[in-house]
Amino acid sequence: MPGSSIPSTVIDGLKDKFPAIEVSENLTITVPEAELLSFMRELRDNPDYDFNFLTNLTAVDYPDNFTVIYNLVSFKYGYTLMAKVNLGKDEPAVSSLTSLWGSADWQEREVYDLFGIIFTGRHNLTRILLEDGFAGYPLRKDFQWVGGRE
Amino acid sequence: MLRTEEITLNMGPQHPSTHGVFHVVLKMDHEVITEARPICGYLHRGIEKLAEARTYTQFIPYTDRLDYLAAMLNNTGYVQAVEKLMEIEVPERAEYIRVICCELSRIASHLIAVGTYSVDIGGITGFMYCLRDRERIMDLFEMVCGSRLTLSYMRIGGVAEDLPDEFIPALCQFLDEMPSRLDEYDGLITGNEIFQARTKHVGLLDPGVAINYGISGPNLRASGVFWDLRKNRPYSVYDRFDFEVPLGKRGDCFDRFTCRIKEMRQSLKIIRQAVEQLPEGPVMAKVPKVLKPPAGDVYHEIEGAKGILGYYVVSDGSNKPYRIHVRRPSFINLGFLNELCKGWKIADVVAILGSLDIVLGEVDC
Repeated sequence: MPGSSIPSTVIDGLKDKFPAIEVSENLTITVPEAELLSFMRELRDNPDYDFNFLTNLTAVDYPDNFTVIYNLVSFKYGYTLMAKVNLGKDEPAVSSLTSLWGSADWQEREVYDLFGIIFTGRHNLTRILLEDGFAGYPLRKDFQWVGGRE
Repeated sequence: MLRTEEITLNMGPQHPSTHGVFHVVLKMDHEVITEARPICGYLHRGIEKLAEARTYTQFIPYTDRLDYLAAMLNNTGYVQAVEKLMEIEVPERAEYIRVICCELSRIASHLIAVGTYSVDIGGITGFMYCLRDRERIMDLFEMVCGSRLTLSYMRIGGVAEDLPDEFIPALCQFLDEMPSRLDEYDGLITGNEIFQARTKHVGLLDPGVAINYGISGPNLRASGVFWDLRKNRPYSVYDRFDFEVPLGKRGDCFDRFTCRIKEMRQSLKIIRQAVEQLPEGPVMAKVPKVLKPPAGDVYHEIEGAKGILGYYVVSDGSNKPYRIHVRRPSFINLGFLNELCKGWKIADVVAILGSLDIVLGEVDC
């Protein structure tokens, strides 16, 4: 099941412009954190792809790293694209995309709320689902909780 | 000179027009809204965390409790994501049954949206009429799976059971009667002068801004953007049906409302075609008793009742999902509320919030 549906010519063009990106077998693109903002700006502003819709933004806590996942859609061409950024376990931080897509605002707050990943370069990064005084980040795997079925 | 100051008013968390436990802090200059700060999370149950301690099949009942007004659609989005991950092919009869149930769910959800919107604007009667017809859909669902609200009818690989014999005749009767009921709503609510005065040219949503903010579903289409996943990226067997995607022109509250009424007519059209084409055969693919999807991840989207419903599922190869994330349309549609309310009068806030058709089970997850 492919992570993205875009022609290979588009992928090749992106590789030329951003040599640091890695494209996996199922067409998921892994971007270095430092290049995320410029990569995303290119995806949004280049009329050849025109990714105007940031549909989904979430994160996963893997044993060795955090991964932030972005799902983009181009209404014009019908392309979809999955991009990932890997972050270290200590004080994970990534550039905010609120300057590009308004839909990043609440979704970044949700990821911050549940994972404790910091999004830099934006305002009002506060908890959105949990109360302000809540201790810990529940979707991290090391979060202790009761009510499991072990 | 008279002294003026900004007034802060709490709308909710207990307020009938917020459609659940939802809280908006309104800042006002006289009657004009300068800021509408939404506060959600009162219904947060940590469903995504709970999923990590359940098996893949055990998570299905939790999806019912997201958008509990359209449980079939929530079920379908999830099971299709897992099927994509495991590369399971669903029998054709099951696909058709899914389409029938999903479209019934969409109508049920839109009936609540239309009915409660009528109440929000001040017409209680419209609500009663809508619930009368939604009740019949609940009865149909009861025939199919025994439940009326939290259905859990979909399974990974198909549906729980075949349709009972009495279902199709009852459904056909519903299909025959429903168009005249929709005409009734048009007369009772859409055509009402007060209703139109309260909703037309109110809460305008620009198409470019709507796309930028990730708004989807009838809210987006009311602004004139043609984006319906059943047409633009057909999944299941939706490419076999002839139907239209209703669009609005102005992107105001009235357009968002009428889009839903028109969509119900299209859903009826889809169901009728699905009933005509319904093939015989099994309703469940051959799937192992213990589901262990291969390690990897998948993101799958369907057109839900409130907008684009997406499931992101990560598997580590075990029988429990490593991570499940739900792209909830109500949550993302609500992200624009502040901008949408600014500059409008306090009475319009109820009209604007109601027109977005949110369900708090889905917002808070």
